[in-house]
Amino acid sequence: MLIMLITGGLRPTDTWQDDALSHVMVPRPCLITNHLERDLKQNHLTRLAGAVVLGLGLSGTAQAAECIAPANPGGGWDFTCRSISKIMYDIKAVDEPIQVTNMAGGGGGLAYTHVVTERADDAELIVAASSATATRLAQNAFGGMTSDQVRFLGAIGADPGVIVVAKDAPYQSLNDLLDAVKADPSKVAFAGGSAVGGFDHLKVLMALGRAGFDDITKVKYIGVDGGADAITQTIGGFTQAMTGDISEVVGFLKSGDVRVLASFTDERLPGEFSDIPTAKEQGIDVVAVNWRGLYVPKDISDEDYNKWADALTAVAESDDWAEQMTANGLAPFTRIGSDFQGYVDGVIEEIRTLSKEIGVIQ
Amino acid sequence: MDTFSLLAQGFAVALTPTTLALAVAGCIIGTMVGALPGLGPSNGVAILIPLAFSLGLDATEALILMTSVYYGAMYGGRISSILLNIPGDEPALMTTLDGYPMAKAGRASDALVLSGVASFVGAMLATIGLMFLAPMLARVAYLFGPSEYFALYLLAFSTLGGIASDNQRKAALAACIGLGIAMIGLDNSTGMGRFTGGNLHLMDGVDFLVAIVGLFAVSEVFIFIESHGRSSAIGVKLDAITVPVKDIVRSFGTMLRASLVGFVAGILPGAGASLGSFLAYMGEKAWVRDNSQFGHGDPRGVAAPEAGNNAAAGGALVPMLTLGVPGSGTTAVLLALLMTLNITPGPLLFTERPEVVWGLMAALLIANIVLLILNVPMVRIFVKVLSVPPWILLPGVCMVSFVGIYSLSGSYFDLVLMIVFGLLGYFLRKLNVPTVPIILGILLGNHMEDSLRRAMVISGGDWKYLFQSGIAIGFWVAAITGFIAPVFLRRFLKKPQAHTT
Repeated sequence: MLIMLITGGLRPTDTWQDDALSHVMVPRPCLITNHLERDLKQNHLTRLAGAVVLGLGLSGTAQAAECIAPANPGGGWDFTCRSISKIMYDIKAVDEPIQVTNMAGGGGGLAYTHVVTERADDAELIVAASSATATRLAQNAFGGMTSDQVRFLGAIGADPGVIVVAKDAPYQSLNDLLDAVKADPSKVAFAGGSAVGGFDHLKVLMALGRAGFDDITKVKYIGVDGGADAITQTIGGFTQAMTGDISEVVGFLKSGDVRVLASFTDERLPGEFSDIPTAKEQGIDVVAVNWRGLYVPKDISDEDYNKWADALTAVAESDDWAEQMTANGLAPFTRIGSDFQGYVDGVIEEIRTLSKEIGVIQ
Repeated sequence: MDTFSLLAQGFAVALTPTTLALAVAGCIIGTMVGALPGLGPSNGVAILIPLAFSLGLDATEALILMTSVYYGAMYGGRISSILLNIPGDEPALMTTLDGYPMAKAGRASDALVLSGVASFVGAMLATIGLMFLAPMLARVAYLFGPSEYFALYLLAFSTLGGIASDNQRKAALAACIGLGIAMIGLDNSTGMGRFTGGNLHLMDGVDFLVAIVGLFAVSEVFIFIESHGRSSAIGVKLDAITVPVKDIVRSFGTMLRASLVGFVAGILPGAGASLGSFLAYMGEKAWVRDNSQFGHGDPRGVAAPEAGNNAAAGGALVPMLTLGVPGSGTTAVLLALLMTLNITPGPLLFTERPEVVWGLMAALLIANIVLLILNVPMVRIFVKVLSVPPWILLPGVCMVSFVGIYSLSGSYFDLVLMIVFGLLGYFLRKLNVPTVPIILGILLGNHMEDSLRRAMVISGGDWKYLFQSGIAIGFWVAAITGFIAPVFLRRFLKKPQAHTT
C-alpha cells in the first residue's frame, strides 16, 4: 500500500490524489483519534491520538474515552475536563480512565470545529463547555458553526466571574477601576482568556455599561491563551486588569500576587473567598457566572447520550465533586440532559440580544 | 531548608529500584520516540500517560517516567537529524544543518557523540538552573509583554535569511513561504478563518509537524526514488565510535553559551525548545569569528542547537511549575499530567508540594546521567535502527510518518497535506531552496503576529509602544545590528568591488 502510494504520487497525472485517498481513507479506525493543540503558541501539544494508539500497543489498555478541553492547561475548561474525568473514573461511573486532551485556539472554536467536522459520531467523546461556548455560538464566532451542531449534555457547577488586578495596583474597588476607564479608556487594558467579544470581554463591557460608560469600542481588551497567561500579563503590568473566573486565579490569589476586586455573583462566595465583595454590593448590577459543563457530538445515539448524562449526574452528586467545587470557588449549578439543552438555547438567545445591544454583533 | 537538603530529600524519593527502572525505561523509550520522524517529545509523553495509569504509578513515579521520556526525546531527535537529514522532532531541526554534512563527511559518530555531550551539558546546566533559580526565574515571565515577545520573534525571524550561508535570498524566500503558511487558519484575535478557502480542515491551520514530515521525510523518498538512491541522504555509513575529544574541547564554550540562550528561551512561555535551539545556533554563528564552516559540518553547529534545545527543555519547566503556564508543547502535556495527579502548579507549588518538586529535580538529574550513558557509549544500538538498508529503512520511515501524522487529527486531510508538502519539498530541493526556514516561518509566524496585534491593542495603535522597554529595545538593536544591517551593508560594500572587476 505504501509503495503504491509513493509511486502513485509520482505519476504525472492528476489522479494520484484519488489513488492516495482510496488507500489511506478506507480503514477509518474506531480507535480514538485524538486531537491536538494547534495553537502554536503553547502548542504543538498533545498528540493524544498517537498517544492512545501507541498506548494501546504498549500497555494493552482497552479503548478509553476522551475529554477535550478547548484551551491550554490551567484554564477553566481544562479544570472541567480534568475534574469530571477523574471523578467519573474514581466513582466508577466509567470503566476506563478518560483521556484529557487540550485543544486551544479560537476561543474554543478549533475544538468545536473539530468535533463537528471530524468526530460527529464519536460516542466516546465529551467536550468541556461553558458560558464562553454559548457566547461565541451566539455571536456566530465559530466560523458559521451553530449551537445545534452538537448536543449539550449538562452543567454541574458555575464558576463566578471575577475582575482581578495586580497586588500593587492603585485600584481598591471595582468602581475605582471602572472610574479609571471612564476617565480615560486608553489607560486601562484588560486581559482575558477568551477572544475579543468573548465572555470574559463581555463581562467587562456589561460592568462598564452598568456604570454608565457607553463608548465600549474604546475599551482595551486583549485575548490571550488562557487565564494563567492573562494573569501573567497583568502581574507583569502589561495590562491593568484581568477578567476571568475564580478557578483561574486561585493559585495567584493564595500566593498574594493578585487582588480580586469583585465577583459577578448574587451572593458572596463561600469559604475562603468570602471576603471578596460582589459587584452587586458595589452598585454594579452584573451577575456573570461561567457554568461548567459538557457537550457531546451530535450524531451519537440517545443511548450513548443518556449514558454520559447518567455518568455526569453521578459526578454532580458525588462528595468528590462537592469538594472540588469548594476548593475552586464553584457554586452548585446542576442541569443535565434535555433540561440543560433548553437552558443553553435560552442563554444563547439572551447573549445574542445582549451582544447586539452592546454592539459586538449587528 | 536549603536547596541541598531539599535535593537530598528528592533523591530519597527518586532513588528506589522501581523509579530507577522507570527512569531507564523512560530514557530508552524517549530516545526512540525522539529519533522517529513524526513522533516528538509531546507524543512520547502523551503516549505514556495511559501506561502510567494502567501501571498504577504514584505521582512521583509517573513524573519520573514522563520527564525521562521528555529529556530522552530531546536527546533522540538528533539521531535522525544527523544520520538521515530528517529531524526526529521539531527542536532537532537545526541539528540537520551541520550534523548531516558532518555525517556525509564520514564523521557521523563524531557528530553523534559530540551532540550527545552537548545535550548533556545543556540539560545539566538547565536542571541546575531550575533547582536554584526557578522561583526567581518565574519573574522573567512577568517582564515579557506583547512588545517584548514581538521583538524576540522579530529577532528570530530576522536571522532566518542567514540560515543558508550560500543563498540568503532563497532562504528569505523560504521563510516568507513559511510565514504565509502560518497565516492560514482561524485568526486568534477575531475567531475568523483566513485563507482557508472554506475548507474546514484548514480552519485549524497547518500543523508544522505535517510540514516537517512532508518537507523532510516525504521529499526524501521522492529524491531517493528519482535518483535510485544515489543522491539520497539515506545510507550514511557509521564509522567506529570514538570520542572526538578535540571537538568537544573546542566547542565547550559553544555549549555553555548555547545552554544559556536555550535556557532563557525555554523560560519564556510560548517560545519553547524549537526557538531555543534556533537562537542558540544563530547566536553561535554570529558569535564565533570564523563561521564559514557553519552549514557545512562545523562541529560547533552541531553542539549549539543540541545544547540549546536540551537547555530549553529544562527551562520550559520553570514557567510550568511556578506559574502553571506551559513553555512548550511537551510541558503542556506534563502540566496536564500533573493536574490529573491532583498537583496544581502555580506560585505555591514549591512550598506546598516540595516532595514532588524535588523528586522531579532528582529524577531529571538521574535521567540526564542515564541518557549520557545511553547516548554516548551505546549510541550504536539506536543507530542500528537507522543503518538497515535504505530499501527497508525508507518505507519504514515513510510508514511511521503516515501513522504519526494520521494520529495528529485522525483525518486523511493531514496525510494529503503531508504529501503536498512532500512535493513542495521535492521541487524546492531541486531549486536549491532550503526548507528549514519554511518550518521556522510557520513556527514563528503566528506568535509574531499575535504579539504584534496585542501590542497594538494595548497601545491604541501607537508603534512607539514597541520600543518602550529595555528588553524590547535590546532585541531590536540585536536584530538590526546583528542581522538586518549586515544584509544591506554587504550589498553596499560589494558594489564598489563589482566596479573594480
